[in-house]
Formats: sequence, C-alpha cells, structure tokens
Amino acid sequence: MATGIKDKVAILGMGCSNFGERWDVGYEHLLNESFSEALSDAGIERKQIEAVWLGSALERSLGNSAIPAATALRLEGIPVTRVENMCATGTEALRGAVYAVASGAVDIALAIGVEKLKDTGYGGLPTLGKGTLNDIWMPYSSAPAGFAQLAAGYRAKHGISKEDLKKAIGRVSWKSHQNGAKNPKAHLRKAVEMETILKAPIIAEPLGVFDCCGVSDGSACAIVTTPAIARALGKKDLITIKALQLSASAGREWGTSSWDGSYVQNTRNAAKAAYKEAGISNPRKELSAMEVHDCFSITELVTMEDLGVSEDGHAWRDVLDGVFDADGEIPCQIDGGLKCFGHPIGASGLRMVYEHYLQLQGRAGARQLKNPQLGLSHNLGGVPYNGVCAISIVGLEGR
Amino acid sequence: MTNSSTFGIKSFGAYIPRRRMLRSAIAAAHAWSHPSLKGLAKGERSFCNWDEDVITMAVEAGRDCLRGLSSSDIAGIALASTTAPYADLNNAMVVGAALSLPTESSANDWSGSTRSGLSAVIGACRAAGDDVLVVASEQRSGKPASAQEMNYGCGAGAVTIGTGDDVIAKFLGAETLSVPFINSFRKAGERFDYGWEERWIRDEGVSKLIPGAAKRLLSRLNLAPDRTIWFGMSGGGAGADKLVAKVLKIAPEQVLPDLQAQVGDTGTAQPLLLLISALECAKPGDIILIASFAQGGEIAAFEMSKPVPATGRCGLAGSIAKRIEETAYLKLLAFEGHVELEWGMRAETDNKTALTQLYRSADQILGFVGGQCSSCQQIQFPRMPACVNCGALNTQKPYSLLDVPAKVQTYTADWLQYTPAPPLYVGLVQFEAGARVLMEIVDVGPQGIDVGTPLEFAFRIKEQDRMRHFDRYFWKAVPVI
Repeated sequence: MATGIKDKVAILGMGCSNFGERWDVGYEHLLNESFSEALSDAGIERKQIEAVWLGSALERSLGNSAIPAATALRLEGIPVTRVENMCATGTEALRGAVYAVASGAVDIALAIGVEKLKDTGYGGLPTLGKGTLNDIWMPYSSAPAGFAQLAAGYRAKHGISKEDLKKAIGRVSWKSHQNGAKNPKAHLRKAVEMETILKAPIIAEPLGVFDCCGVSDGSACAIVTTPAIARALGKKDLITIKALQLSASAGREWGTSSWDGSYVQNTRNAAKAAYKEAGISNPRKELSAMEVHDCFSITELVTMEDLGVSEDGHAWRDVLDGVFDADGEIPCQIDGGLKCFGHPIGASGLRMVYEHYLQLQGRAGARQLKNPQLGLSHNLGGVPYNGVCAISIVGLEGR
Repeated sequence: MTNSSTFGIKSFGAYIPRRRMLRSAIAAAHAWSHPSLKGLAKGERSFCNWDEDVITMAVEAGRDCLRGLSSSDIAGIALASTTAPYADLNNAMVVGAALSLPTESSANDWSGSTRSGLSAVIGACRAAGDDVLVVASEQRSGKPASAQEMNYGCGAGAVTIGTGDDVIAKFLGAETLSVPFINSFRKAGERFDYGWEERWIRDEGVSKLIPGAAKRLLSRLNLAPDRTIWFGMSGGGAGADKLVAKVLKIAPEQVLPDLQAQVGDTGTAQPLLLLISALECAKPGDIILIASFAQGGEIAAFEMSKPVPATGRCGLAGSIAKRIEETAYLKLLAFEGHVELEWGMRAETDNKTALTQLYRSADQILGFVGGQCSSCQQIQFPRMPACVNCGALNTQKPYSLLDVPAKVQTYTADWLQYTPAPPLYVGLVQFEAGARVLMEIVDVGPQGIDVGTPLEFAFRIKEQDRMRHFDRYFWKAVPVI
C-alpha cells in the first residue's frame, strides 16, 4: 500500500535567480545563479549531488536533453535528466528529484528549472507545434486565448456580468503588483492603479495586458535529501515535502459535454490527491499561503474555487473582498506570482516552492507572513481544457 | 419541345462569401488618383475572406447542392475555374474529398477561360452518364483602382446533372462558338486580367457573335412563340445581356439580374449563378437560356420540368442574403495579397503539413468525419483508437459532424495570435450529438458571439505554408445568420 511522499524528503537548500528580461545573461548564467545560491544554502559541495532533474519547457531555451545544463554546471558523470510538461515543468523536475531520494536510490538530488524566453524575440510565448495530426486541425491560438475562455464559461455558469468579472480579475492583478513591488528578485516591481489595469489594451477578450503574466528569463532550484541526512548535515527546523501530485487531461473536457468551461478539472483532481497526501481537510484554514499559476488573472480566480479555498461561484467576491491579499485570510502570490515575479516556464514551479521555503524559514524580508506552516504551489500547463496541473505542498516538519 | 430526353439538372446550390465591400468605399480610397471610379461606385461586391479560395467556395456550393441527397450517388465531380489554387494537384479531387464523394468517382478540373463553367455543364449534359456534380468557382481579383476591382466578385455555383424523375430542368441543347476574339486574357502565373475596350467587346463581339449562336439553338429547338424564356449572359460587360435579349426578342423583364448590385462578375461561376437564379424563379414549362461569352462562347437551353423540391438549400438568393458589410478597403487589399502588412514574429511559424498524416486522416480532416464509440455511443473528434468517454479500444465508427447542430460553449477573441483577419475567434464548439471540438470561429459579424451562439460549419484554409505553398484545409465554425 502506497503511503505517499509526506515528510519523506526534506529541502536541503534552494536558490532562485533574479527574474526578468535578463538581456545580459544566457541560460548558463541563469542556471549558475540559482545553483550557486542553493549550494551555499545547502552547505554542500557539487560532488555530493548524485542525480539531477532539469526542467526546461521550450526546446529553443537550451536545446534537447539535459546535456547543456550538465555542461553549464559541470555535473560530470552522474544522471542528469531533462523533463518537460509545459508550464508544470518546474514541479516535474522537483518530483523527479524528490522521488529519487524517497526511493532510496540516491541521498542527495538536485531539481533545477530554467527558461530563457527573452532570446525568442517574442512578447509572449512563441507558437509551438502540436504534433502532425493536431497541427492539421487544431486552431493555433495564443496562451491567453486558451485561458480567456474560462471567463466566458465562468460568466455563463454563474450569471456574472462582463463588467463585474473584469473588475474581479483586475483586482487579482492589482494585488499581485502590490506584492511584487516588495520582492527584489521579481520581474515587475511596481504597484499599478486599478484604472490602468482595467483600461489596458485587450490581448484576448476579456484579458488585457495587465491580466497577463510577465514573460521572463530565470532559474530556480532545490537540493533535496532525506530528513535524517539533512539533520546529519546540521539542518534544523526542516522543511519537508508534504505532497506532490499531477493530473493530465485525456480529452474529456474538450471532447465531451462534461465540462462547462468554468473551472479546471486537472486542478480539482490534483488538489484532491494532494490534500489527501498531505493530510489536509480544510485548505482555507490549514494553508498558510498559496503560490498559484496566475498565468492570467482569470486563471487565478477560478483556481481559488478549484483548490477549494473559495466556494464555486464565490471566488470573484472573495477576490474583491481581499481574502487573498497580503494581509488577507489566505495570502496568494505573496512574492508577486507569475504576474510580477515572472514566468520563466521551466523555473516557475520551483520558484513557487522557493517562496514558501523562505516564508517558512522567516527569511522573506518585507513580504514575511506571520507564522506560516504550510504552503501550496500550483502549476498549470497547456490550456484549461487540455493540459496538466501539478501541485506541491511543503511545510514545517511534523506539521 | 424538340428533345424528349429527361437528362438535365437535378439539384443546385450556391455560395457567395459573406464579405461584401461597398463599391463606394473602394472608389473613395482611389478618389485622389482615379476620381472617375465614382461612376462605378454603386452597390457592393463579394470578396473572399483570407481563408477562402476556389476550393473552399466550391465545397460550400457543392454542399448546398447535395443537401438532402446522398453523396455516395455521385459518380464524378467537375470543377471549373480560372483561379483554382493548384496548377498540378487535382483541385476537383480536394473538393470531392471534402464532400465525402466516393473515392471511385471521377474528378476533373476545367479551366482556360471563364466560359469553362458553362462548358463543364454542357459537357456533363452531353455525356448523359451517371449523376455528376458540376461546380464553377471563381476568386476574382482586380488590380487596385481598375474597373475590374470594382466590378469583379467571388462566388461558386453547383449543379448535379443526371437522368431520372428527379430532373428539375431538362437539358434541351447547346451551341458553341470558338473564335479568336480576345476580350481579355491572363497569362499563367500573372495576377490580373488584361482586357480590351468594353465598347469593342460589346459591339463587335457579343452583339455579333452571341445572337447568331442563340438563334441557331432556338431554331433547332423549334419552340412555340408563346414560351417564357429566361435569359442570362456572362462575360459581355454591363448591359450586353439586355442588348442580346433585344435582338432575340426576349422581354427585358425576362433577363436574369446580372448580380452586379450585390455580388459582381464572378467569371467562370457567373453562368452557373445565372442558371441558378433562373432555377429559383422559373415555373415548370419555362425555358432557361444561358450564354457565357469568352473567345466566342457557349450557350445552353434548359426547360423547367417540375417545381424545385425543398431541401433546405441556401441557394443563390439565400447566400446573397447572408452578408457582412465591409467598408475597410485595406481589408480587401490585405486579404487578396495586394498589400503586405506587418504581422510580427508570430506570422513566421512554419506551417509544414505532414502529407503522410493528412492522407491517414483524410476523411477526418477534409470530410469532418469524427467517430462514434460502439461501446458507449459517444460521438467524438478526432477519431482516436481509444474512446474519449469510456476509454474502450478500437470501437470507433466513422460519424460525420458536418450537419450536426452546434453552439458556442466557450470562446475568446484572440488579438495576440497571428491571423490575417484579427481577432482570431476560437472556442469549444458543442455539438447536439454530444461531441465537442476546439475550433476557429470565422465570419463573426458586428453582432459578435457569446456562449450559446448557434454555429454551422464551413470548409476553409486553416493555415498557409508560405515556404512550400501548400494550404492546409479544415473546417471552421461560422455563426448561423
């Protein structure tokens, strides 16, 4: 009988580069930036790492395979594996490293994610092929267009006016800008007025420019080991993995009439499994903070319902009531989120865990929350009706 | 009546693109250099959306024609056009595949002159074989600021020809004239027609050549003088039809409208559209006389034998009524490729089509045939080995989604993704039969769309491969008007 991942693996050290338009550096520098910080934080040497999982979503960031990362970090003669699962790639890298440690195959493993989007020349994400069959029939719509459809479905299901929903999703972005302004590593570090957000040019109806996350360069990583080894290496007040879950679409949402367009089934699947694995029964009360996949403001709004922290049809009111603000009942995107910290795809899942790691250790500076115990991270890859969701929960050991 | 054959037209259909450019908008754009165009600035003309071409229009006209009929009864397809997209690739075959015609059916392209539309009809009538579908389709484009730009239009007409009790218009006979009267020409590979003076075409060409051929045909048919004759003529220029009718002693009110007010001159498709307009108004016993002038010409006569049965077809009148008014002249220039706009890096995507994959999934892609699971009955697209609902393996039976009622489930208007006609409307389309497909939604009018908007489907270019020049076709959703 499987017993789940809870408390079997501890975080030994983490690192995160500055996110943003890093015109000055390449992927190798970004990898080095997060890796150096993590090594120093873990207090180990590079040669103590026995296996590595690299997360990199776009082949054009550093090419296929993990060899470019092994070369950049001189990880010689050990297994280095590249994983890719769209925007859930960073969490997938963590899952690989954590499972390797939990299995007993290795003592210390590294998960590192990176993306160098600002070498593509695009303002948003480039158009990617979908396979020879899908390319022939499936519309090539942009990433915001995939998520914008949630707005139509959500409005229709809950009878909310276009104006009210626009205001609520604008409030989502407003809050993240407030938080991002306090994060020295964030891509966008400026608060923005609601009026500016609401009047911004439309990207994909009803999403305006400020409803879309930053497209950034960056890297984040985690060095993981067993709690026993962490303690033997002198670590105290361990932060452990409580849950790591993933759900992938198999066509039902967009191939049958079962889905009404107002939520993300993968998030609901992964959340249910993650709460069970972590032993959480009331997420709104038990979670200290959330880092969710706010690629677009509407995504964060429906995610509040999918994660069970808002009741169905009520997230838009909770958003407007400030429930997820820095001083709200359950802060969300305290580091600025994808919206303002930025979204270098392969790094994002690890960046989210990094923020929880800092918060749980009391190292989050101006953004520090009071007495956090458990933090949830949430990644969505693909589009709401055809994608993947990865959820990780980390917390204080014994919590 | 001189011909007792029951061979003739059994069904018809038409397609006119919804986009209609006001001629006043074209003239206004050219007023600085060509003020005289104002004289032609009446009414409107049809033009193709960026994703429409001769093949897509032919498919729509063909679908309209085959409504209520079984495509498996069609033994061949002829496609006539001077603007078909492929020089070496059987354009008619692509149309036939989209119409799910039997793979054993013949497919022939007719071209070389705008009269080839009527030539194809006459050819099929004279062959007197199994039922065939004849489609004439034209994507006409005139050089900016030319009279052609003002007068040309785009559209397609289709008829099925065969024998039996269901013939609605009997073929009575035809005459052909082939003379070196070069009223206009376009060399292979060139974009625009070159035409000679209209007065010469009218006075020396049409007026002298067509009446003679028409009289020979009518004399052969030996019709009683009291027979109602509907007359239509293409290719002669404005007013030439009435001039010929006068010589033939056909009353002006029996001359079929030249479609100039709403569509324009659709070249090869024009004689078929005139024929269809006659079929839509003629009564049993009426004679229909259609001429197509070009380097001589063709003229054919039909006799209405029975009222047109109701099939739910859109027809010519119905297709003309489905319009989206356009006044942005630059849109016409951009769609027809006369100006190259800056679309940014997203337009650089390589749209290479795997022809192997296209062949493997041809009925799905070209015919919009999905699958139905024989285990749980779920209808689905695409047709994969495992059922999307119950997961059963190898239970899929082909199921056509083409005429299944559908509506918008989710949607957005995407201003980021490249499309030559922004914004890109995209969303989940919910079919009444239970299937759901992510589709592009096109020809969205000023009324917009919302969750629940009823949709129908149109065969369109999905993407153009600008490196290899192979257009990828698939079906798109269109709001029901």
